Amino acid sequence: MFRILFILITGIAVGLATRRTPAAKAAERGIRFTVPALLFVFGAAVGADDKLIDNLGRYGWQAAIVALLGIAGSIVAARAARRIIGKGGGR
Amino acid sequence: MKSNLVIIACFVAGIAAARLDMVPAWLLGHNVPVVILSALIFQVGIGLGASDDLRNIRQSFGAGMLLLPVATIAGTLLFSAAAVFLLSDRSLADCLALGSGFGYYSLSSVMIADIKGAAPDAAELATIALLANIIREMSALFGASLFARWGGRYAPISVAGINSMDVCLPTIVREAEGKDVVPLAVTHGMALEVSVPILIGFFCGAA
Repeated sequence: MFRILFILITGIAVGLATRRTPAAKAAERGIRFTVPALLFVFGAAVGADDKLIDNLGRYGWQAAIVALLGIAGSIVAARAARRIIGKGGGR
Repeated sequence: MKSNLVIIACFVAGIAAARLDMVPAWLLGHNVPVVILSALIFQVGIGLGASDDLRNIRQSFGAGMLLLPVATIAGTLLFSAAAVFLLSDRSLADCLALGSGFGYYSLSSVMIADIKGAAPDAAELATIALLANIIREMSALFGASLFARWGGRYAPISVAGINSMDVCLPTIVREAEGKDVVPLAVTHGMALEVSVPILIGFFCGAA
């Protein structure tokens, strides 16, 4: 966790220091390549795991439950925040 | 939308390549994803630091702007905790880690796989995190109007999670019927982007 946080904070500092330079723009553009590469490697790890592939349907249901709960929690949270912020206005 | 399809295609291509034994063994080791993940987090940091949004938000910043991301985190985690009653084979910490992606499917799934490392259920959890966060982002994109009706003009921002600052921003502005929500939506996305590695690190470490 601390490794990740350290890398993130270092990145923010580098981003602030190199604002509006080609280097910062190139690093940002690099995300377009890093994310697909990461997902390909992750997909390969999933594909190489026979047990995981056999249970992919079950995991899909679990994912749907987690997603729906997160969405429901966010809607409740947004209603509460709107009351506190006040000027939101409803629909 | 197109970038989402490219990312999903890469994930499916990775599965297909492994099933067809076309993936070299070194690619399946622990080091490759860790190196790429570190590069991604570094790039995300540079993007946040170099962004004009950060400067604009600093100028128009009010304490109230932090209320919505805090509410999104609290609401999502509170409801995600309930998953422990529905998913009998998952611990409370696992359910909270799964809920902590806030739509950031690439980072959350690979972080879970990385931090849980040798745990037997690491790949399972990472796959569920990937699917759950894809479902959340797609729901935010296509269900914004419904969420605004149920939860008011801030609900599409909250449901979008980290995507409130980019992919879902046009939909959010449309549903809120005003561009005044843009600073709030961008602050919300940035705050959640920073919170994802912290929360997942905490919950995976606690499991």
